[in-house]
Amino acid sequence: MVQILIRRTGYALATLFFVSIICFIIIQLPPGDYADAYAAKRHAGGEIIRAEEVEAIRHQLGLDRPMYIQYLNWMWGVVRGELGMSLEYKRPVSEVIAERLPLTLILAFSTMVFIYSVALSIGILSAVRQYSAADHFFTVIGYIGLATPNFLLALLLMYASHKWFGQSVGGLFSPQFQDAPWSWARLMDMLSHLWVPVVVLGTAGTAFQIRTMRAVLLDELNKMYVIAARSTGLSEFRMLMKYPVRIALNPIVSTLGWELTRVISGAPIVGVVLSLPDTGPLFLKSLLDQDTYLAGAMILIYCTLVIAGTFISDVLLIILDPRIRYERLT
Amino acid sequence: MVNTGVKVKRNKHVRRLDIATARQLMWWKFKRHRMALLGISVILFFLLLAIFAEFLSPYAPYERTAIYTSGSPMGLNFIDTDRKLHICPFVYGRVSKRDPVTLRLKPAIDTSQCWPLRFFVKGSSYKLWGIFKLNIHLFGAKGGFIHIFGTDKLGRDLFSRCLYATRTSLSVGVIGIIFTFFIGIVMGGIAGYIGGMVDNIIMRIIEFIRSIPTLPLWLSLAAALPREWSALKVYFAITLILSLVSWTNLARRVRSKLLALREEDFVISARLAGCKTARIIRRHLLPSFLSYIIVDLTISFPWMILGETSLSFLGLGLREPAVSWGVLLFSAQNILSIVHMPWLLIPGIFVIVSVIAFNFVGDGLRDAADPYSK
Repeated sequence: MVQILIRRTGYALATLFFVSIICFIIIQLPPGDYADAYAAKRHAGGEIIRAEEVEAIRHQLGLDRPMYIQYLNWMWGVVRGELGMSLEYKRPVSEVIAERLPLTLILAFSTMVFIYSVALSIGILSAVRQYSAADHFFTVIGYIGLATPNFLLALLLMYASHKWFGQSVGGLFSPQFQDAPWSWARLMDMLSHLWVPVVVLGTAGTAFQIRTMRAVLLDELNKMYVIAARSTGLSEFRMLMKYPVRIALNPIVSTLGWELTRVISGAPIVGVVLSLPDTGPLFLKSLLDQDTYLAGAMILIYCTLVIAGTFISDVLLIILDPRIRYERLT
Repeated sequence: MVNTGVKVKRNKHVRRLDIATARQLMWWKFKRHRMALLGISVILFFLLLAIFAEFLSPYAPYERTAIYTSGSPMGLNFIDTDRKLHICPFVYGRVSKRDPVTLRLKPAIDTSQCWPLRFFVKGSSYKLWGIFKLNIHLFGAKGGFIHIFGTDKLGRDLFSRCLYATRTSLSVGVIGIIFTFFIGIVMGGIAGYIGGMVDNIIMRIIEFIRSIPTLPLWLSLAAALPREWSALKVYFAITLILSLVSWTNLARRVRSKLLALREEDFVISARLAGCKTARIIRRHLLPSFLSYIIVDLTISFPWMILGETSLSFLGLGLREPAVSWGVLLFSAQNILSIVHMPWLLIPGIFVIVSVIAFNFVGDGLRDAADPYSK
């Protein structure tokens, strides 16, 4: 068990290392660096900026050093929790992100809870009552849910709520709580707004997991051990929960990491459309402005979240399925 | 006697199954999937829309109706205000009126005018597929204009733009699939046939790519494209970016199939006959699991479309003057424009319907891909 954990941690760290290189390459991809962009901006504003000034900025930011030194500098900062200065906000990147990251985490976590609580219950229902009206209904909903891009769903929800409820669903807070300090009322207010992005972000995943759960459970229900369990006189519900559902959970748990990848991947676009005060709009803006350190840090954080999620799902699978434990040890 | 009759009949059926070619079996299995057939017809319909976009659309994508900007969809009517039935449908005329409160010019319905629908009308000239110079459009309104999906802020016909967008978005999918196909086959082929260290490295790369969240990766790659690139260049770059992520599925499939097949007798005999590795893969191995590849490609098609749409919607994919579903939806980005012009969301219906259709076909193909399983 410990051995597997150590190996998994090693994998995760190695992946993290490669991710950091990719992030750095992505940061460097746009032609020109921040000094150029800054000069262009000042120039557009009607100011005259001399080549020496641009050069000075470049030198001051260390943009004229060799690539690998820039990478090592950046990495060393990351390890110490210093992600560089946001060139657009004129503040440390870690500060800018720290303001918004908690909301992204809350959103991702609630979405995962939403996906699995809804998908598991509906999946079990659909499998046990195969071809019932409810099963057909959820199959249709599932197909549509898988096919609708997140942002379109967000737009439709916004339109519907404006049209029929006359309220805007954008943002996470009502106007009176926008800048208020954290309090119980503000938390409640946030929760009442949170369901919209959670539903938008979770629909596709839920549809996918319902299909998986239904398919696997249907396979399991036809097996002999189900009949054997029934014959021992267990109630139908307990029998379901104790045997077939537990086995059917395996593929669900093993894809937990992918699901998290999808949720994290979809979060920025939903954040932009619903104008949430989370990291989504920040990320998009940083890309458009070529605010390299901020963009790189954001990608690194998204990837780290995913890697951590995959790690957790691996550990969960080991706990859930003794076969994996023994297979690896022998 | 009755019994034997039944038996003979069943035997005949069995024999038909026995002598059927793999292709026939696949077709039978696919045909059983009603939804897959429906999906195929929807896709063919979309393809026709895309191919004949110039002819089917009443206007060119940049043609503006200056007096009908931000106009709502014009419904077809058969019965006019005098309760008179028209054989040929018509639309009511539109006039510009000043809003009494805001004093702004606003289009309003004028029921005194009827503009009948006419088929094969002359309109703006175009070159069909860049060859035939024509000016015939499938339909148009006599005496006025017709915008069945409404118009955008500049007064451009949304219906026509949707048709042109169908062409762009589907072709992004097709070209992306071609890129995916080549990268996937080559990487999977190398991994599966050479094996060993190379295989290990490629598999690690694949796992690595799969563990990066797709959309942020696409976004940052798309953001790195130079702004001054031409629309065509951006178009190819975007499709390439989309396939940079999607090839992993195909490569895994190709690799696992190659690993399973490379010890088969027919491969050994081919090698003994002096075939080169590339030829063995291409002529002997590839055809034996081509059906699986087609399934995988069909399944990744909707992801291409969704990816392109999302990128363009965020302003990092295709941009004006290109017209794609995502570009059209880009103008529906904020709540104000949706509230005032909900018809701007119509391109979204195209996206959803096409993705559902492809998913149905993918499901049907998946069952048909292995015709010998029960």
